[in-house]
Amino acid sequence: MKSVLLHSKIVNKLLKGFAIVLLFSISLNSYSQDVDAARQAEGRKLFKSLCASCHKLDKKLVGPALGGVEGRRENEWLLAWIRNNVELRASGDKDAIAIYEEYNGSPMSAFPQLSDGQINDILYYTTVGDPVKQVAATAGAAVSVGDGSGGAPKWIIYLLAAAIIVAFLMIASLLKQVNELKGKKSENKSNIKRDLQELWLGVKGNTFLHVLTTIFVLLMSAYIVFGTLYKVGVNEGYMPLQPIAFSHKIHSGENKIECQYCHSSAKHSKHSGIPSVNVCMNCHENIAEVAEGTVVEWDGVTYGKAQLDKEIAKVYDAAGWDPEELEYTGKTKPIKWVRIHNLPDFAYFNHSQHVTVGGIECQKCHGPVETYDEMRQYSPLTMGWCINCHRETKVDLKGTEYYDNIHKELAEKYNVDKVTIAQLGGLECGKCHY
Amino acid sequence: MASNKKYWKSVEELKDSSIVETLSKNEFVDEIATDDFLGDKETLENSSTSRRDFLKYVGFTTAAASLAACEGPVRKSIPYVVKPNDIIAGVADWYATSMADGYDFANVLVKTREGRPIQIMPNKEANGTTTARVQAAILSLYDEKLRLKEPSKSGEVISWADADNAIGAQLASFKNQNKPVVLLTGTLASPSTEQIIAEFIEAYPNTRHVVYDSVSESGAADAMLAMYGKRALPNYHLNKAKTIVSFGADFLSDFHGGFEKSYVNGRKPETGEMSYHVQFESNMSLTGANADKRVVVKPSDQIFALLNLYNAITGNTVASKSTPVDAEVKKMAAELKKNGNKSVVLTGLNDKNAQLVAFAINEALQSDVFDTTNTLNIRQGNDVEVAQLISDMKAGKIAGVLTHNVDPIYSSANATAFAEGLEKVALSVALSTEDSATVNASTYALPTPHFLESWGDTQFDNVTYGLMQPTIQPLFNTRQFQDTLLKWSGNTTTYYEYLKAHASTTILEGSSWSTVLHNGYYKRSIVNQDTFKSTVSIASAAAELFSGAKKASGFELNLYTKTGLGDGRQANNPWLQEFPDPITRTSWDNYLTMSIADAKALGFSNPVKDNGAINGDYAKISLNGIEAVVPVLIQPGQAKGSVGLALGFGKTFGLKEAMQVGVNAYPFYTNSNNIQYGLTIEKTPGYHEFACTQVQKTIAGRHDILKVASLKEYKTVEPKDHHHGWNKPAYVSYDHQEVEANTIDLWDEHNRELGHHFNLSIDLTSCTGCGACVVACHAENNVPVVGKREVRVGRDMHWLRIDRYYSSSVETREDAKELGLSRGDTYKALETEAENPEVTFQPMMCQHCNHAPCETVCPVAATTHGRQGQNQMTYNRCVGTRYCANNCPYRVRRFNWFEYANNNQFDFNMNNQYGKMVLNPDVVVRGRGVMEKCSMCIQMTQATILEAKKEGRPVNTDEFETACSSACTTGSLVFGDVNNKEDKVTALAKDKRAYNVLDYLQTKPNVIYQVKIKNTNEA
Repeated sequence: MKSVLLHSKIVNKLLKGFAIVLLFSISLNSYSQDVDAARQAEGRKLFKSLCASCHKLDKKLVGPALGGVEGRRENEWLLAWIRNNVELRASGDKDAIAIYEEYNGSPMSAFPQLSDGQINDILYYTTVGDPVKQVAATAGAAVSVGDGSGGAPKWIIYLLAAAIIVAFLMIASLLKQVNELKGKKSENKSNIKRDLQELWLGVKGNTFLHVLTTIFVLLMSAYIVFGTLYKVGVNEGYMPLQPIAFSHKIHSGENKIECQYCHSSAKHSKHSGIPSVNVCMNCHENIAEVAEGTVVEWDGVTYGKAQLDKEIAKVYDAAGWDPEELEYTGKTKPIKWVRIHNLPDFAYFNHSQHVTVGGIECQKCHGPVETYDEMRQYSPLTMGWCINCHRETKVDLKGTEYYDNIHKELAEKYNVDKVTIAQLGGLECGKCHY
Repeated sequence: MASNKKYWKSVEELKDSSIVETLSKNEFVDEIATDDFLGDKETLENSSTSRRDFLKYVGFTTAAASLAACEGPVRKSIPYVVKPNDIIAGVADWYATSMADGYDFANVLVKTREGRPIQIMPNKEANGTTTARVQAAILSLYDEKLRLKEPSKSGEVISWADADNAIGAQLASFKNQNKPVVLLTGTLASPSTEQIIAEFIEAYPNTRHVVYDSVSESGAADAMLAMYGKRALPNYHLNKAKTIVSFGADFLSDFHGGFEKSYVNGRKPETGEMSYHVQFESNMSLTGANADKRVVVKPSDQIFALLNLYNAITGNTVASKSTPVDAEVKKMAAELKKNGNKSVVLTGLNDKNAQLVAFAINEALQSDVFDTTNTLNIRQGNDVEVAQLISDMKAGKIAGVLTHNVDPIYSSANATAFAEGLEKVALSVALSTEDSATVNASTYALPTPHFLESWGDTQFDNVTYGLMQPTIQPLFNTRQFQDTLLKWSGNTTTYYEYLKAHASTTILEGSSWSTVLHNGYYKRSIVNQDTFKSTVSIASAAAELFSGAKKASGFELNLYTKTGLGDGRQANNPWLQEFPDPITRTSWDNYLTMSIADAKALGFSNPVKDNGAINGDYAKISLNGIEAVVPVLIQPGQAKGSVGLALGFGKTFGLKEAMQVGVNAYPFYTNSNNIQYGLTIEKTPGYHEFACTQVQKTIAGRHDILKVASLKEYKTVEPKDHHHGWNKPAYVSYDHQEVEANTIDLWDEHNRELGHHFNLSIDLTSCTGCGACVVACHAENNVPVVGKREVRVGRDMHWLRIDRYYSSSVETREDAKELGLSRGDTYKALETEAENPEVTFQPMMCQHCNHAPCETVCPVAATTHGRQGQNQMTYNRCVGTRYCANNCPYRVRRFNWFEYANNNQFDFNMNNQYGKMVLNPDVVVRGRGVMEKCSMCIQMTQATILEAKKEGRPVNTDEFETACSSACTTGSLVFGDVNNKEDKVTALAKDKRAYNVLDYLQTKPNVIYQVKIKNTNEA
């Protein structure tokens, strides 16, 4: 069964607290080395743009791991190799030929455009590695901020409840004092009781109040019943637990991958399409692990690098990719994502109509997906919601030959230049129900 | 005068039947049986459920239902691991391929969605055509009940390797001992397969190849061999014909595979020229129904009439007899001679001599229509070889029999002999797509894929070479017949490689394989044949024909195939079973068709029940000791003294219970002769319940449904002439003045000139009633199958039906009364006329009225009008009051009385996971309690518009299509946008033949009919 609520709250809180403690303890590990941050940054930038598709620092990829390569090879040899390894091999350099053969004769690109300084920066980066961030503090802060903002409404409710109780107590004590002032000290308790009883009798005897109360109760219950029933089947905020902790925030937000790179059928088809595993592997063949310090809020838990690397391993499992041998095993298994946007069968929706023809941003219906770690349904997807947009959106009749005739006739006959989708027949039942 | 002609649908209407009268006024005859339970006081009082209990139950179920609705199910979205490049989820791919299942052959396009074929359409570039069966073949692909799934030996599943080893060893030992092995296939019409068979025979010289067709046209093929030196069927270019005379040849249906396209091309009234077609026949066939003149004549007399015609044309005097139709024959002889090489004679008798005589007439006429060069390669079955094989098998002379997609145990008149023979054979292997009695009786059953899963090539005529390509991965553990033969002959290439090499080297003449595969066909140039000197003597053939036509006493049985089921190959296909026969409008059955006079004499009747259903008496028929009990259906136009019975029914082995309907007529099909003499008929007690829709969906006795005119009238008379016009507008009285109905209106007119406005034009002249559109509509719109019982009570769900009207030139009862005929005389006059009525077909679907009566009565506005002219039906809004259906004058709305999907009570394709794969994902499957009807394929028009918008261009001329219009072979159905001046339909909408059905109601339909023009051959 589908549940719109967030997953187990208490567990979340406990885990968060635990994580904070853990992170603070880790943050005590200091880093001492003196690093030339500028060179490191420059080297890292070059490495990421030129080398990272085939090399990693600590792991063999298409080419060998480069961490500490300066300790293994002469700087001169490295410069020659990086600038033009073919030339170096042609000159009969034994080491060059050996390494070429070790990697089954897959040649490395030449980089004649790099200066010695740049190459040395890259090498410097391979030696010192990534800058160590003060992960703990930032992450901890982020967590606590998130916690605070998330809990705010709840606290207010408690506060209000407390205020009401306090007010009630104050009224009670006031009543008590009034009674005391009236001099009925002896029958303190029973007096309140009697007064309340008198009040009750008064209310009971008042027909006007009866009618008023009945109307009020009826209206309230109608409001509640209607409100509840109206929400049946509206799954705004639906956020089911997916089999892989895939974060749109990392992919689309931080790495700025175009939505339609993965959801490529949105421009051609009625379906936006869940990307097939081979699309994931276009990048993930080379990205076996997340960057140090990456965190994802998943099901109320903060996933760190260790956990997220396991999530990438799930993609490898599905694609049948052996990250050690760097080859496909052929043992594939599909990923069973949980569908979030469920339109009923009787409603026909076509992505390409909206994306290609209408030119609508994905975010208009799907929300700020690039900020979501965990994907959820942003819009209510009710008919009223669809219709509203059709009523308000003006169709751009210019620039597409399809509308040329219609545009001309509209202008001639009705002296209208712009029309809404609704005016073009976008509210007709048969346009979406067949 | 055409407009005075009265139309009727059933023989019962000719009698003074009160039920038909009631039905004509009332669609829902059954009163709600409230008295059954409310009237019975005792039951009510004894009932333990009190009113209070009832309310409790209602309350509980409502609450439970609403609670259950609060949370939806969790749905999974499972993408491909590696997505094939040419598949985009949600976008259809079309493949050009060919159909060849042994009986039906066609160049087709197949629509696939996410790798599932969901629709078959004609490949119009290749001049391809489809029939109801070709359209329905898509569903046979998903027949999980009947398809063979694993190779097996005596019912035990074995591996392909084991089967190959065991069979290979046996074949080798037969070869060494030179014991005969027979390869029994249906017609293949595949050059590469024939080559493979030849190589197989080379590898095993003890093998011979026998071709067996369940419905044989061996006579024509043998006659061709004798006269023209090649065993094939002649081609008839009916578009070139001015005069067509046919003796029982049902060439618009299954005769030589059908010629409807070329027939209709020769009958275009707007050109001023139409062929004059006279049909001499005994059964009321689809071809006879379309003929300009239909002459009713018994089969035996057809032979003499043919001989008389031969004498009259050639001046010879071969022996013959006089027939009651000699005057007609004489007239036609003159007509044929007059038009010389533009005339043609065909005969449907499966008899070599009869065919030879017909060929000789065509030779004498020097007919251009009759083509012996570009011959047809279908129906290659050889009756003589098959008979020889069965007797050899019975004598134990055959060591091995390999069958491929044939089922003689069901479809042969010698079924028992074949079955006995098969038991004596040491090795029997059935390579088959579907399970059958023959597969069951064979030792090995090796599954072969459906044609939609196969590679292959076809060559049904000498010009068109078609390629077949898989449109889906094999559903089951199948292997192609050709691959198996290649393997057994020791060839290690796969059939795909073989086919590619074969096509490239011998056929494609340098064209690229990929191009031909993409187009699905290749037009070959015909190599001129050597002149063949025929030694055949027509005189002796005629003499033989004459002496063979003994007039035995008793009835003459004319066996035929229906447009729906054909030879019965697809009997487990619910679409075809529910498809109503175009002539009798009866589905789920075959029956003995009998003339009105014979029925009266023998005491048979077809009473109409109060729910519109028809019953029939049973007849016990016997012929040479073969007996069967068959229901009788009275058929106007059936020749007296003859009866008709359809082949292809009564198949039982492996079929779903619901599909085991009808009577197997193959036992009567002795020597594959479609005419059998000396049948005796005896009435037996009991009555049969037909699922016949002919009296249902009446149009409330309204006139102006059909308009028919003669070619002469069309050419000379002003269509709107107040007195003689053949397409007069309706007049109504307004302010005591007679005015044209379209001048007054209840509603304000909308402007319909902006954007698209769809119209569908239906030409009654070129509609042959074949019904391909009906099945295409099923496939496109997920129309459910409801089964025999539901069809019987008028709950069929066909969005598109083809109404069949009979008409007689004598006017109806009222007119007869005016003429002063007595009651008895009237009936007599009517019945004589009914012996040979004229037939008109009228496809009827939602008319998409601009002033729709249904829209105004819907209390929830579930049916509304679109700006593009479509009357839209919103299923999710419909609450099922059925007001709309009651207010629709065209009777085209269909109500979902039950949940037809996922319901064991309706165990058809929507109730199993394979059958559901054929559903069109763009159209919703309707639930119980909602009304549905033709949507004018709004999903297709919307898709076309979207395509144009995406490409930023206007919609092309004639780009809009509906399923029915794309399936229509003859071009009778034309769909388009009347706001595009270039679209074909725009001109048609204003044509002088155009009219609206029931135009005096001024519903302003968007479906336009074109007056039917008949060539009455007047000067």
